[in-house]
Amino acid sequence: MRLILAGLAGSLFGTGLLISGMTDTRKVIGWLDVFGNWDPTLAFVMGGAILPMMIAWRLTKGRAPVVGGTFPAPSDPVLNRRLIVGSSLFGVGWGLAGLCPGPAIASLSYGGIGGLVFLVAMLTGMWAAPSVASRLDSAPTAA
Amino acid sequence: MEQSWIFGLIGGLIIGLAGAVYLLGNGRIMGASGIIGGLVDGSAGNQARERMVFLAGLVIAPLILSRLFFPGASTNVTSNLVVIAAAGLLVGMGTRIANGCTSGHGVCGISRFSLRGIVATVFYILAGGLSVALFRHVLGVI
Repeated sequence: MRLILAGLAGSLFGTGLLISGMTDTRKVIGWLDVFGNWDPTLAFVMGGAILPMMIAWRLTKGRAPVVGGTFPAPSDPVLNRRLIVGSSLFGVGWGLAGLCPGPAIASLSYGGIGGLVFLVAMLTGMWAAPSVASRLDSAPTAA
Repeated sequence: MEQSWIFGLIGGLIIGLAGAVYLLGNGRIMGASGIIGGLVDGSAGNQARERMVFLAGLVIAPLILSRLFFPGASTNVTSNLVVIAAAGLLVGMGTRIANGCTSGHGVCGISRFSLRGIVATVFYILAGGLSVALFRHVLGVI
């Protein structure tokens, strides 16, 4: 059951990313390009995706997941260096290529050599991240 | 492409439905960077199989649907492989350091009014906008 639901969720995620146009880097960069020919599509995708998720979070109250266990607890509202620096690094890369992790995987079958290079680089970055993150924690605070 | 916002909205709803299935079914947050990253650094543990099935669906569904309905599907990504490699490194490292990306912090975080999700989203959108402004309009590399 757990595997069937995971496969269903992954398939739906990929379907949504393809239909929404979010695996087309021109649309993503177009949305970030406020000084150029701005493309509003991404805002509709985000809004559309948040809506069912708001309902889903509401449905978690007083229930348990279908396969058992518990729902993920809300994260502590800690705004630390990791969150800010990591998100900023991610944003720079996102703007450069127009790909984030979900669409990078979803587009592998039609992303060509560029898609493969992105994937290998992304996996390398993910592999290196824990050691960079712990260095970030021990770095002195800027005055 | 006047109708692209309709496709965006429909696709977005399906993405949200995917997140709802993963949350209500398996009790997990559908964050792409976490699902992939946990497999890379070994932190996925006994969730590894479930995550690999998720990723298989994520690759196979667009493969089939693009062949059937979107024959011209393309990422239209830049042909500059140095830019792509740099972008991939930044995306992989950044999302794992921040513990989330567009799906985890964005879709799943904002929808539960998570302060971390909202702040992360503000920062990666701001950084993304500055990145496009710099690399496209100032330096002209993308």
